[in-house]
Amino acid sequence: MSLWQKLPYVVLALVLAASLAANWLAPAGYARQYREATDAPPSHAHWLGTDELGRDRFSRVLYGTRISLLLAPAAALLSTLLAALIGGLAGYLGGMWARMAMAVTDLFLSLPWLFLLITARALMPLNVSPLVSVMVTFLLLGFLGWTTAARVLCASAGTLRTADFVRQARAAGLPGLRLFWVHVVPNLKPVLYAQFWISIPVFILSEANLGILGLGVAEPMPSWGSLLKELEGLVSVGEEPWKFVPLILLVVVVTSFQSLLSRQEEVAA
Amino acid sequence: MRSLRCKIGGHALALLATLLLGGLLSATLVRLAPGFDADEEELDPHLNAQSLQALRDARHKDHNVFRFYISYMRRAAGGDLGTSLALGQPARKLLRDRVPLTLRFLLVGLGLAWILSLALALSSAWLRISAYDTVTTAVSGTFLCIPAAVLALLSVLWNVSGALAIALIVFPHTCRYSRNLLMRTYSRPHIIAARARGLGEGRILFWHVVPVVAPQLLALAGVSVSMAVGAAIPVEALCGLPGIGQLAWQAALARDLPLLVNITILVTLVTLLANSSADVIGHMVQRQRA
Repeated sequence: MSLWQKLPYVVLALVLAASLAANWLAPAGYARQYREATDAPPSHAHWLGTDELGRDRFSRVLYGTRISLLLAPAAALLSTLLAALIGGLAGYLGGMWARMAMAVTDLFLSLPWLFLLITARALMPLNVSPLVSVMVTFLLLGFLGWTTAARVLCASAGTLRTADFVRQARAAGLPGLRLFWVHVVPNLKPVLYAQFWISIPVFILSEANLGILGLGVAEPMPSWGSLLKELEGLVSVGEEPWKFVPLILLVVVVTSFQSLLSRQEEVAA
Repeated sequence: MRSLRCKIGGHALALLATLLLGGLLSATLVRLAPGFDADEEELDPHLNAQSLQALRDARHKDHNVFRFYISYMRRAAGGDLGTSLALGQPARKLLRDRVPLTLRFLLVGLGLAWILSLALALSSAWLRISAYDTVTTAVSGTFLCIPAAVLALLSVLWNVSGALAIALIVFPHTCRYSRNLLMRTYSRPHIIAARARGLGEGRILFWHVVPVVAPQLLALAGVSVSMAVGAAIPVEALCGLPGIGQLAWQAALARDLPLLVNITILVTLVTLLANSSADVIGHMVQRQRA
Protein backbone atom coordinates (compact mmCIF):
# COMPACT_ATOMS: atom_id res chain seq x y z
CA MET A 1 0.00 0.00 0.00
CA SER A 2 1.48 3.34 -1.06
CA LEU A 3 1.76 6.38 1.22
CA TRP A 4 -1.04 8.06 -0.73
CA GLN A 5 -3.34 5.10 -0.08
CA LYS A 6 -2.44 5.07 3.62
CA LEU A 7 -3.24 8.78 4.02
CA PRO A 8 -7.04 8.41 4.61
CA TYR A 9 -6.40 5.82 7.35
CA VAL A 10 -3.85 8.10 9.02
CA VAL A 11 -6.13 11.15 8.79
CA LEU A 12 -9.12 9.28 10.23
CA ALA A 13 -7.03 7.74 13.01
CA LEU A 14 -5.58 11.14 13.96
CA VAL A 15 -8.95 12.93 13.96
CA LEU A 16 -10.62 10.12 15.91
CA ALA A 17 -7.75 9.98 18.45
CA ALA A 18 -7.83 13.77 18.93
CA SER A 19 -11.61 13.76 19.43
CA LEU A 20 -11.45 10.85 21.88
CA ALA A 21 -8.78 12.70 23.84
CA ALA A 22 -10.92 15.86 23.94
CA ASN A 23 -11.14 15.69 27.76
CA TRP A 24 -7.35 16.16 27.94
CA LEU A 25 -6.65 18.20 24.80
CA ALA A 26 -9.46 20.74 25.09
CA PRO A 27 -8.57 23.80 27.16
CA ALA A 28 -12.15 24.04 28.45
CA GLY A 29 -15.47 22.20 28.51
CA TYR A 30 -17.68 22.63 25.43
CA ALA A 31 -20.24 24.68 27.38
CA ARG A 32 -17.88 26.84 29.46
CA GLN A 33 -18.34 30.52 28.72
CA TYR A 34 -15.64 33.23 28.76
CA ARG A 35 -18.02 36.15 29.05
CA GLU A 36 -15.22 38.72 28.86
CA ALA A 37 -14.11 37.34 25.47
CA THR A 38 -17.16 36.77 23.28
CA ASP A 39 -16.62 36.34 19.53
CA ALA A 40 -12.86 36.70 20.08
CA PRO A 41 -10.33 36.03 17.30
CA PRO A 42 -7.73 33.25 17.70
CA SER A 43 -5.26 33.87 20.51
CA HIS A 44 -2.83 31.95 22.71
CA ALA A 45 -5.68 31.17 25.15
CA HIS A 46 -8.24 30.30 22.48
CA TRP A 47 -6.58 28.74 19.41
CA LEU A 48 -9.66 29.08 17.22
CA GLY A 49 -11.18 32.04 19.05
CA THR A 50 -14.52 31.97 20.83
CA ASP A 51 -18.11 31.92 19.57
CA GLU A 52 -20.70 34.62 20.21
CA LEU A 53 -21.47 33.12 23.63
CA GLY A 54 -17.79 33.19 24.59
CA ARG A 55 -17.22 29.42 24.33
CA ASP A 56 -13.81 28.15 23.23
CA ARG A 57 -14.20 27.10 19.58
CA PHE A 58 -11.28 24.65 19.58
CA SER A 59 -12.82 22.73 22.51
CA ARG A 60 -16.20 22.68 20.81
CA VAL A 61 -14.66 21.39 17.57
CA LEU A 62 -12.97 18.54 19.48
CA TYR A 63 -16.12 17.54 21.37
CA GLY A 64 -18.32 18.03 18.30
CA THR A 65 -16.03 15.82 16.23
CA ARG A 66 -16.32 13.12 18.90
CA ILE A 67 -20.12 13.20 18.79
CA SER A 68 -20.32 13.16 14.99
CA LEU A 69 -17.56 10.59 14.49
CA LEU A 70 -18.84 8.15 17.10
CA LEU A 71 -22.55 8.39 16.50
CA ALA A 72 -22.51 8.36 12.67
CA PRO A 73 -20.97 4.83 12.66
CA ALA A 74 -23.47 3.81 15.37
CA ALA A 75 -26.34 5.01 13.18
CA ALA A 76 -24.74 3.29 10.17
CA LEU A 77 -24.57 0.04 12.16
CA LEU A 78 -28.24 0.34 13.10
CA SER A 79 -29.31 1.04 9.52
CA THR A 80 -27.18 -1.82 8.18
CA LEU A 81 -28.69 -4.25 10.70
CA LEU A 82 -32.19 -3.11 9.77
CA ALA A 83 -31.35 -3.47 6.09
CA ALA A 84 -30.01 -6.98 6.71
CA LEU A 85 -33.13 -7.93 8.63
CA ILE A 86 -35.67 -6.40 6.23
CA GLY A 87 -33.90 -6.64 2.88
CA GLY A 88 -31.96 -9.84 3.58
CA LEU A 89 -34.91 -11.71 5.02
CA ALA A 90 -37.28 -10.48 2.28
CA GLY A 91 -34.82 -11.52 -0.44
CA TYR A 92 -34.31 -14.89 1.21
CA LEU A 93 -38.05 -15.56 1.57
CA GLY A 94 -38.75 -14.18 -1.92
CA GLY A 95 -42.22 -13.98 -3.55
CA MET A 96 -44.83 -11.88 -1.80
CA TRP A 97 -42.50 -10.96 1.11
CA ALA A 98 -39.86 -9.56 -1.23
CA ARG A 99 -42.47 -7.61 -3.20
CA MET A 100 -43.98 -6.15 -0.02
CA ALA A 101 -40.60 -5.19 1.43
CA MET A 102 -39.55 -3.58 -1.84
CA ALA A 103 -42.85 -1.66 -2.08
CA VAL A 104 -42.18 -0.15 1.37
CA THR A 105 -38.58 0.56 0.34
CA ASP A 106 -39.77 2.27 -2.85
CA LEU A 107 -42.16 4.39 -0.81
CA PHE A 108 -39.28 5.60 1.37
CA LEU A 109 -36.98 6.06 -1.62
CA SER A 110 -39.56 8.13 -3.50
CA LEU A 111 -38.99 10.93 -1.02
CA PRO A 112 -35.76 12.93 -1.17
CA TRP A 113 -33.51 11.91 1.75
CA LEU A 114 -33.20 15.36 3.32
CA PHE A 115 -36.93 15.98 2.99
CA LEU A 116 -37.71 12.65 4.65
CA LEU A 117 -35.33 13.47 7.50
CA ILE A 118 -36.80 16.91 8.07
CA THR A 119 -40.36 15.59 7.99
CA ALA A 120 -39.58 12.77 10.41
CA ARG A 121 -37.61 15.10 12.70
CA ALA A 122 -40.54 17.51 12.76
CA LEU A 123 -42.78 14.75 14.10
CA MET A 124 -40.56 14.41 17.19
CA PRO A 125 -40.53 17.04 19.90
CA LEU A 126 -37.98 19.78 19.16
CA ASN A 127 -37.63 21.27 22.67
CA VAL A 128 -35.83 18.30 24.24
CA SER A 129 -32.65 18.09 26.30
CA PRO A 130 -29.35 18.19 24.33
CA LEU A 131 -28.60 14.54 25.08
CA VAL A 132 -32.04 13.43 23.89
CA SER A 133 -31.64 15.56 20.74
CA VAL A 134 -28.34 13.77 19.98
CA MET A 135 -30.02 10.39 20.40
CA VAL A 136 -33.10 11.42 18.37
CA THR A 137 -30.99 12.79 15.51
CA PHE A 138 -28.76 9.76 15.11
CA LEU A 139 -31.51 7.19 15.80
CA LEU A 140 -33.56 8.89 13.10
CA LEU A 141 -30.65 8.56 10.67
CA GLY A 142 -30.31 4.89 11.57
CA PHE A 143 -34.01 4.13 11.32
CA LEU A 144 -34.53 5.96 8.02
CA GLY A 145 -31.25 5.15 6.27
CA TRP A 146 -31.78 1.41 5.73
CA THR A 147 -33.75 1.61 2.48
CA THR A 148 -31.00 1.79 -0.16
CA ALA A 149 -29.01 -0.92 1.62
CA ALA A 150 -32.16 -3.08 1.93
CA ARG A 151 -32.64 -2.98 -1.84
CA VAL A 152 -29.08 -4.19 -2.48
CA LEU A 153 -29.34 -6.85 0.24
CA CYS A 154 -32.70 -8.08 -1.03
CA ALA A 155 -31.19 -8.62 -4.48
CA SER A 156 -28.10 -10.36 -3.02
CA ALA A 157 -30.17 -12.60 -0.72
CA GLY A 158 -32.49 -13.41 -3.63
CA THR A 159 -29.50 -14.71 -5.59
CA LEU A 160 -28.33 -16.76 -2.61
CA ARG A 161 -31.80 -18.29 -2.14
CA THR A 162 -31.37 -20.28 -5.33
CA ALA A 163 -27.68 -21.07 -4.77
CA ASP A 164 -26.72 -24.75 -4.74
CA PHE A 165 -25.38 -24.83 -1.19
CA VAL A 166 -28.59 -23.26 0.17
CA ARG A 167 -30.72 -25.76 -1.74
CA GLN A 168 -28.56 -28.57 -0.42
CA ALA A 169 -28.89 -27.30 3.17
CA ARG A 170 -32.64 -26.99 2.74
CA ALA A 171 -32.83 -30.51 1.31
CA ALA A 172 -30.81 -31.76 4.31
CA GLY A 173 -33.63 -30.49 6.53
CA LEU A 174 -32.08 -27.35 8.06
CA PRO A 175 -34.85 -25.12 9.46
CA GLY A 176 -35.48 -21.89 7.49
CA LEU A 177 -34.37 -19.35 10.10
CA ARG A 178 -31.24 -21.29 11.03
CA LEU A 179 -30.39 -21.64 7.34
CA PHE A 180 -30.74 -17.87 6.99
CA TRP A 181 -28.42 -17.05 9.93
CA VAL A 182 -25.88 -19.82 9.34
CA HIS A 183 -25.60 -19.84 5.55
CA VAL A 184 -27.17 -16.73 4.04
CA VAL A 185 -26.08 -13.94 6.42
CA PRO A 186 -22.36 -14.87 6.39
CA ASN A 187 -22.45 -14.69 2.59
CA LEU A 188 -24.02 -11.24 2.77
CA LYS A 189 -21.14 -9.94 4.91
CA PRO A 190 -19.20 -8.21 2.08
CA VAL A 191 -22.36 -6.33 1.03
CA LEU A 192 -23.12 -5.49 4.67
CA TYR A 193 -19.59 -4.12 5.24
CA ALA A 194 -19.80 -2.04 2.05
CA GLN A 195 -23.21 -0.63 3.03
CA PHE A 196 -21.95 0.17 6.54
CA TRP A 197 -18.96 2.16 5.21
CA ILE A 198 -21.09 3.91 2.56
CA SER A 199 -23.60 5.02 5.22
CA ILE A 200 -21.07 6.73 7.53
CA PRO A 201 -20.18 9.74 5.31
CA VAL A 202 -23.84 10.02 4.24
CA PHE A 203 -24.94 10.24 7.89
CA ILE A 204 -22.17 12.70 8.79
CA LEU A 205 -23.32 15.01 5.99
CA SER A 206 -27.00 14.52 6.88
CA GLU A 207 -26.38 15.45 10.53
CA ALA A 208 -24.49 18.54 9.35
CA ASN A 209 -27.42 19.56 7.12
CA LEU A 210 -29.96 19.01 9.91
CA GLY A 211 -27.77 20.95 12.36
CA ILE A 212 -27.45 23.96 10.04
CA LEU A 213 -31.22 23.97 9.52
CA GLY A 214 -31.77 23.99 13.30
CA LEU A 215 -33.24 20.48 13.41
CA GLY A 216 -30.18 18.60 14.66
CA VAL A 217 -28.31 18.39 17.96
CA ALA A 218 -29.54 20.98 20.48
CA GLU A 219 -27.35 23.59 22.20
CA PRO A 220 -25.05 23.59 24.12
CA MET A 221 -24.02 20.13 22.86
CA PRO A 222 -21.67 20.61 19.88
CA SER A 223 -21.72 18.58 16.67
CA TRP A 224 -20.43 19.38 13.21
CA GLY A 225 -23.93 20.53 12.25
CA SER A 226 -24.30 22.96 15.14
CA LEU A 227 -20.71 24.21 14.66
CA LEU A 228 -21.36 24.90 10.96
CA LYS A 229 -24.47 26.89 11.88
CA GLU A 230 -22.02 29.65 12.86
CA LEU A 231 -21.30 30.26 9.16
CA GLU A 232 -24.81 31.70 8.86
CA GLY A 233 -23.69 34.90 10.58
CA LEU A 234 -20.69 35.52 8.32
CA VAL A 235 -20.65 38.62 6.13
CA SER A 236 -17.71 37.61 3.93
CA VAL A 237 -15.51 34.53 3.51
CA GLY A 238 -12.23 36.29 4.33
CA GLU A 239 -13.57 38.08 7.39
CA GLU A 240 -13.15 35.31 9.99
CA PRO A 241 -11.49 32.36 8.22
CA TRP A 242 -11.04 30.40 11.47
CA LYS A 243 -14.79 29.82 11.52
CA PHE A 244 -14.28 27.53 8.53
CA VAL A 245 -12.17 25.06 10.53
CA PRO A 246 -15.13 22.73 11.33
CA LEU A 247 -16.07 22.73 7.63
CA ILE A 248 -12.52 21.92 6.54
CA LEU A 249 -12.34 19.14 9.13
CA LEU A 250 -15.67 17.71 7.95
CA VAL A 251 -14.61 17.81 4.29
CA VAL A 252 -11.27 16.13 5.14
CA VAL A 253 -12.98 13.36 7.14
CA VAL A 254 -15.71 12.72 4.56
CA THR A 255 -13.09 12.76 1.76
CA SER A 256 -11.07 10.19 3.72
CA PHE A 257 -14.12 7.96 4.03
CA GLN A 258 -14.82 8.34 0.30
CA SER A 259 -11.19 7.47 -0.52
CA LEU A 260 -11.43 4.35 1.64
CA LEU A 261 -14.61 3.36 -0.22
CA SER A 262 -12.97 3.93 -3.61
CA ARG A 263 -10.00 1.83 -2.49
CA GLN A 264 -12.32 -0.98 -1.35
CA GLU A 265 -14.15 -0.81 -4.69
CA GLU A 266 -10.82 -1.08 -6.54
CA VAL A 267 -9.80 -4.07 -4.42
CA ALA A 268 -13.19 -5.74 -4.96
CA ALA A 269 -12.96 -5.14 -8.72
CA MET B 1 -46.52 -0.63 -28.59
CA ARG B 2 -48.46 -2.92 -26.26
CA SER B 3 -45.50 -3.36 -23.94
CA LEU B 4 -45.10 0.44 -23.79
CA ARG B 5 -48.77 0.83 -22.88
CA CYS B 6 -48.38 -1.86 -20.22
CA LYS B 7 -45.33 -0.05 -18.83
CA ILE B 8 -47.17 3.29 -18.67
CA GLY B 9 -50.19 1.57 -17.06
CA GLY B 10 -47.94 -0.16 -14.55
CA HIS B 11 -46.25 3.10 -13.63
CA ALA B 12 -49.62 4.86 -13.27
CA LEU B 13 -50.85 2.09 -10.95
CA ALA B 14 -47.65 2.16 -8.92
CA LEU B 15 -47.92 5.95 -8.69
CA LEU B 16 -51.50 5.76 -7.44
CA ALA B 17 -50.70 2.99 -4.96
CA THR B 18 -47.67 4.86 -3.61
CA LEU B 19 -49.67 8.07 -3.28
CA LEU B 20 -52.50 6.32 -1.42
CA LEU B 21 -50.06 4.45 0.81
CA GLY B 22 -47.97 7.59 1.36
CA GLY B 23 -51.11 9.56 2.18
CA LEU B 24 -52.18 6.92 4.71
CA LEU B 25 -48.70 6.90 6.26
CA SER B 26 -48.66 10.71 6.49
CA ALA B 27 -52.18 10.84 7.95
CA THR B 28 -51.22 8.17 10.51
CA LEU B 29 -48.14 10.13 11.52
CA VAL B 30 -50.18 13.33 11.89
CA ARG B 31 -52.79 11.47 13.92
CA LEU B 32 -50.21 9.88 16.23
CA ALA B 33 -47.89 12.89 16.61
CA PRO B 34 -47.84 14.50 20.07
CA GLY B 35 -50.20 17.44 20.39
CA PHE B 36 -52.63 16.23 17.67
CA ASP B 37 -55.73 16.53 19.86
CA ALA B 38 -54.79 19.86 21.42
CA ASP B 39 -56.93 22.85 20.49
CA GLU B 40 -56.20 26.41 21.59
CA GLU B 41 -59.91 27.23 21.35
CA GLU B 42 -60.49 25.13 24.46
CA LEU B 43 -58.44 27.61 26.48
CA ASP B 44 -60.99 30.36 25.87
CA PRO B 45 -62.40 31.21 29.35
CA HIS B 46 -65.68 32.39 27.78
CA LEU B 47 -66.65 28.88 26.67
CA ASN B 48 -68.98 26.91 28.92
CA ALA B 49 -68.93 23.13 29.46
CA GLN B 50 -71.44 22.48 26.65
CA SER B 51 -69.42 24.47 24.12
CA LEU B 52 -66.26 22.63 25.13
CA GLN B 53 -68.04 19.31 24.73
CA ALA B 54 -69.31 20.39 21.29
CA LEU B 55 -65.73 21.24 20.23
CA ARG B 56 -64.49 17.85 21.45
CA ASP B 57 -67.32 16.05 19.67
CA ALA B 58 -66.47 17.85 16.44
CA ARG B 59 -62.91 16.51 16.65
CA HIS B 60 -63.96 13.06 17.82
CA LYS B 61 -64.39 11.67 14.28
CA ASP B 62 -60.70 12.38 13.63
CA HIS B 63 -59.62 9.98 16.41
CA ASN B 64 -59.86 6.93 14.17
CA VAL B 65 -56.89 6.95 11.76
CA PHE B 66 -58.81 5.46 8.84
CA ARG B 67 -61.77 7.81 9.24
CA PHE B 68 -59.34 10.70 9.54
CA TYR B 69 -57.55 9.54 6.37
CA ILE B 70 -60.77 9.06 4.39
CA SER B 71 -62.10 12.47 5.41
CA TYR B 72 -58.72 14.00 4.50
CA MET B 73 -58.72 12.33 1.07
CA ARG B 74 -62.35 13.33 0.44
CA ARG B 75 -61.54 16.95 1.26
CA ALA B 76 -58.35 16.79 -0.83
CA ALA B 77 -60.33 15.44 -3.81
CA GLY B 78 -62.59 18.46 -3.50
CA GLY B 79 -59.58 20.78 -3.52
CA ASP B 80 -59.54 21.48 0.22
CA LEU B 81 -56.06 20.67 1.49
CA GLY B 82 -56.67 22.06 4.96
CA THR B 83 -55.24 25.10 6.71
CA SER B 84 -51.68 25.67 7.84
CA LEU B 85 -51.54 25.80 11.63
CA ALA B 86 -48.49 28.05 11.74
CA LEU B 87 -49.30 30.47 8.91
CA GLY B 88 -53.11 30.43 9.28
CA GLN B 89 -53.60 30.26 5.50
CA PRO B 90 -55.12 27.57 3.27
CA ALA B 91 -52.46 25.00 2.34
CA ARG B 92 -53.65 25.07 -1.28
CA LYS B 93 -52.97 28.80 -1.58
CA LEU B 94 -49.55 28.47 0.06
CA LEU B 95 -48.56 25.69 -2.32
CA ARG B 96 -49.93 27.48 -5.39
CA ASP B 97 -48.00 30.65 -4.54
CA ARG B 98 -44.72 28.87 -3.98
CA VAL B 99 -44.61 26.14 -6.60
CA PRO B 100 -43.63 28.41 -9.57
CA LEU B 101 -40.50 29.75 -7.84
CA THR B 102 -39.32 26.29 -6.80
CA LEU B 103 -39.99 24.90 -10.26
CA ARG B 104 -37.98 27.72 -11.85
CA PHE B 105 -35.04 27.14 -9.49
CA LEU B 106 -35.16 23.38 -9.96
CA LEU B 107 -35.22 23.67 -13.76
CA VAL B 108 -32.32 26.15 -13.89
CA GLY B 109 -30.36 24.24 -11.23
CA LEU B 110 -30.86 20.87 -12.92
CA GLY B 111 -30.01 22.33 -16.33
CA LEU B 112 -26.76 23.81 -15.00
CA ALA B 113 -25.89 20.59 -13.14
CA TRP B 114 -26.37 18.47 -16.25
CA ILE B 115 -24.46 20.85 -18.54
CA LEU B 116 -21.54 20.86 -16.09
CA SER B 117 -21.67 17.08 -15.53
CA LEU B 118 -21.85 16.14 -19.18
CA ALA B 119 -19.17 18.65 -20.13
CA LEU B 120 -16.74 17.26 -17.54
CA ALA B 121 -17.67 13.61 -18.15
CA LEU B 122 -17.44 13.89 -21.94
CA SER B 123 -14.19 15.84 -21.87
CA SER B 124 -12.70 13.17 -19.55
CA ALA B 125 -13.84 10.39 -21.87
CA TRP B 126 -12.61 12.19 -25.03
CA LEU B 127 -9.28 13.49 -23.76
CA ARG B 128 -8.31 10.38 -21.75
CA ILE B 129 -5.58 12.38 -19.99
CA SER B 130 -4.98 10.91 -16.56
CA ALA B 131 -4.15 14.27 -14.91
CA TYR B 132 -7.29 15.93 -16.30
CA ASP B 133 -9.43 13.00 -15.19
CA THR B 134 -7.91 13.19 -11.69
CA VAL B 135 -8.69 16.92 -11.48
CA THR B 136 -12.32 16.50 -12.61
CA THR B 137 -12.81 13.57 -10.21
CA ALA B 138 -11.26 15.61 -7.39
CA VAL B 139 -13.52 18.61 -8.15
CA SER B 140 -16.71 16.54 -8.16
CA GLY B 141 -15.46 14.54 -5.14
CA THR B 142 -14.87 17.72 -3.14
CA PHE B 143 -18.37 19.04 -3.82
CA LEU B 144 -19.71 15.62 -2.82
CA CYS B 145 -18.11 16.07 0.62
CA ILE B 146 -19.61 19.51 1.33
CA PRO B 147 -23.02 19.51 3.06
CA ALA B 148 -25.80 20.92 0.88
CA ALA B 149 -26.64 23.50 3.54
CA VAL B 150 -23.05 24.81 3.53
CA LEU B 151 -23.18 25.26 -0.25
CA ALA B 152 -26.42 27.18 0.25
CA LEU B 153 -24.75 29.40 2.87
CA LEU B 154 -21.75 29.99 0.61
CA SER B 155 -24.06 31.01 -2.24
CA VAL B 156 -25.51 33.67 0.09
CA LEU B 157 -22.01 34.80 1.10
CA TRP B 158 -20.84 35.07 -2.52
CA ASN B 159 -24.15 36.56 -3.58
CA VAL B 160 -24.80 34.02 -6.33
CA SER B 161 -28.14 32.55 -7.38
CA GLY B 162 -29.71 29.73 -5.38
CA ALA B 163 -30.07 27.82 -8.65
CA LEU B 164 -26.26 27.61 -8.84
CA ALA B 165 -26.21 26.15 -5.32
CA ILE B 166 -28.74 23.50 -6.42
CA ALA B 167 -26.56 22.78 -9.47
CA LEU B 168 -23.45 22.38 -7.31
CA ILE B 169 -25.29 20.01 -4.96
CA VAL B 170 -26.61 17.80 -7.77
CA PHE B 171 -23.63 17.97 -10.16
CA PRO B 172 -21.13 15.77 -8.23
CA HIS B 173 -23.58 12.86 -8.18
CA THR B 174 -24.53 13.11 -11.86
CA CYS B 175 -20.95 13.86 -12.95
CA ARG B 176 -19.46 10.79 -11.25
CA TYR B 177 -22.04 8.41 -12.66
CA SER B 178 -21.98 9.92 -16.17
CA ARG B 179 -18.19 9.87 -16.21
CA ASN B 180 -18.01 6.20 -15.21
CA LEU B 181 -20.72 5.31 -17.72
CA LEU B 182 -19.09 7.20 -20.60
CA MET B 183 -15.64 5.87 -19.77
CA ARG B 184 -16.97 2.31 -19.78
CA THR B 185 -18.82 2.85 -23.05
CA TYR B 186 -15.84 4.50 -24.76
CA SER B 187 -13.67 1.49 -23.86
CA ARG B 188 -16.05 -0.94 -25.65
CA PRO B 189 -14.47 -2.81 -28.58
CA HIS B 190 -16.81 -1.42 -31.24
CA ILE B 191 -16.03 2.18 -30.21
CA ILE B 192 -12.29 1.49 -30.22
CA ALA B 193 -12.68 -0.08 -33.68
CA ALA B 194 -14.68 2.95 -34.90
CA ARG B 195 -11.97 5.28 -33.63
CA ALA B 196 -9.27 3.17 -35.28
CA ARG B 197 -11.16 3.47 -38.58
CA GLY B 198 -10.97 7.24 -38.26
CA LEU B 199 -14.62 8.04 -37.51
CA GLY B 200 -15.16 11.59 -36.20
CA GLU B 201 -15.75 12.08 -32.47
CA GLY B 202 -19.16 13.65 -33.13
CA ARG B 203 -20.31 10.71 -35.20
CA ILE B 204 -19.04 8.21 -32.62
CA LEU B 205 -20.80 10.12 -29.84
CA PHE B 206 -24.20 10.44 -31.51
CA TRP B 207 -24.26 7.13 -33.41
CA HIS B 208 -22.52 4.72 -31.06
CA VAL B 209 -22.31 6.18 -27.55
CA VAL B 210 -25.57 8.08 -26.98
CA PRO B 211 -27.88 5.14 -27.91
CA VAL B 212 -26.02 2.91 -25.44
CA VAL B 213 -25.91 5.31 -22.50
CA ALA B 214 -29.26 7.08 -23.05
CA PRO B 215 -31.50 4.74 -20.96
CA GLN B 216 -29.12 4.87 -18.00
CA LEU B 217 -28.60 8.63 -18.25
CA LEU B 218 -32.38 9.09 -18.44
CA ALA B 219 -32.79 7.01 -15.28
CA LEU B 220 -30.16 9.19 -13.62
CA ALA B 221 -32.03 12.28 -14.81
CA GLY B 222 -35.12 11.00 -12.99
CA VAL B 223 -33.13 10.44 -9.81
CA SER B 224 -31.48 13.86 -10.13
CA VAL B 225 -34.94 15.49 -9.87
CA SER B 226 -35.32 13.86 -6.45
CA MET B 227 -31.84 15.12 -5.47
CA ALA B 228 -32.70 18.64 -6.62
CA VAL B 229 -35.97 18.66 -4.65
CA GLY B 230 -34.03 17.60 -1.56
CA ALA B 231 -31.43 20.30 -2.22
CA ALA B 232 -34.16 22.93 -2.56
CA ILE B 233 -34.90 22.73 1.19
CA PRO B 234 -31.57 24.06 2.52
CA VAL B 235 -31.09 26.37 -0.46
CA GLU B 236 -34.49 28.06 -0.17
CA ALA B 237 -34.42 28.05 3.64
CA LEU B 238 -30.97 29.61 3.95
CA CYS B 239 -31.13 31.89 0.89
CA GLY B 240 -34.51 33.29 1.95
CA LEU B 241 -36.29 32.14 -1.22
CA PRO B 242 -40.06 31.76 -0.69
CA GLY B 243 -40.51 28.37 -2.37
CA ILE B 244 -41.74 24.91 -1.39
CA GLY B 245 -38.40 24.04 0.26
CA GLN B 246 -38.63 27.04 2.57
CA LEU B 247 -42.28 26.22 3.30
CA ALA B 248 -41.31 22.63 4.23
CA TRP B 249 -38.58 23.93 6.55
CA GLN B 250 -40.94 26.42 8.21
CA ALA B 251 -43.59 23.71 8.59
CA ALA B 252 -41.00 21.38 10.14
CA LEU B 253 -39.77 24.00 12.62
CA ALA B 254 -43.33 24.98 13.59
CA ARG B 255 -44.47 21.31 13.59
CA ASP B 256 -47.22 22.35 11.18
CA LEU B 257 -48.17 18.75 10.37
CA PRO B 258 -51.21 19.32 8.09
CA LEU B 259 -49.06 21.48 5.81
CA LEU B 260 -46.18 19.03 6.00
CA VAL B 261 -48.44 16.16 4.87
CA ASN B 262 -49.51 18.14 1.80
CA ILE B 263 -45.92 19.03 0.94
CA THR B 264 -44.89 15.38 1.42
CA ILE B 265 -47.57 14.19 -1.00
CA LEU B 266 -46.64 16.89 -3.53
CA VAL B 267 -42.93 16.03 -3.35
CA THR B 268 -43.68 12.30 -3.64
CA LEU B 269 -45.83 12.98 -6.70
CA VAL B 270 -43.12 15.09 -8.38
CA THR B 271 -40.32 12.58 -7.76
CA LEU B 272 -42.44 9.59 -8.79
CA LEU B 273 -43.58 11.36 -11.96
CA ALA B 274 -39.98 12.26 -12.81
CA ASN B 275 -38.75 8.70 -12.25
CA SER B 276 -41.67 7.12 -14.14
CA SER B 277 -41.26 9.51 -17.09
CA ALA B 278 -37.53 8.76 -17.22
CA ASP B 279 -38.24 5.04 -17.18
CA VAL B 280 -40.88 5.24 -19.94
CA ILE B 281 -38.69 7.45 -22.17
CA GLY B 282 -35.73 5.10 -21.55
CA HIS B 283 -37.92 2.16 -22.56
CA MET B 284 -38.94 3.99 -25.76
CA VAL B 285 -35.30 4.72 -26.60
CA GLN B 286 -34.37 1.08 -26.06
CA ARG B 287 -37.25 -0.08 -28.28
CA GLN B 288 -36.23 2.32 -31.02
CA ARG B 289 -32.66 1.05 -30.82
CA ALA B 290 -33.79 -2.57 -30.99
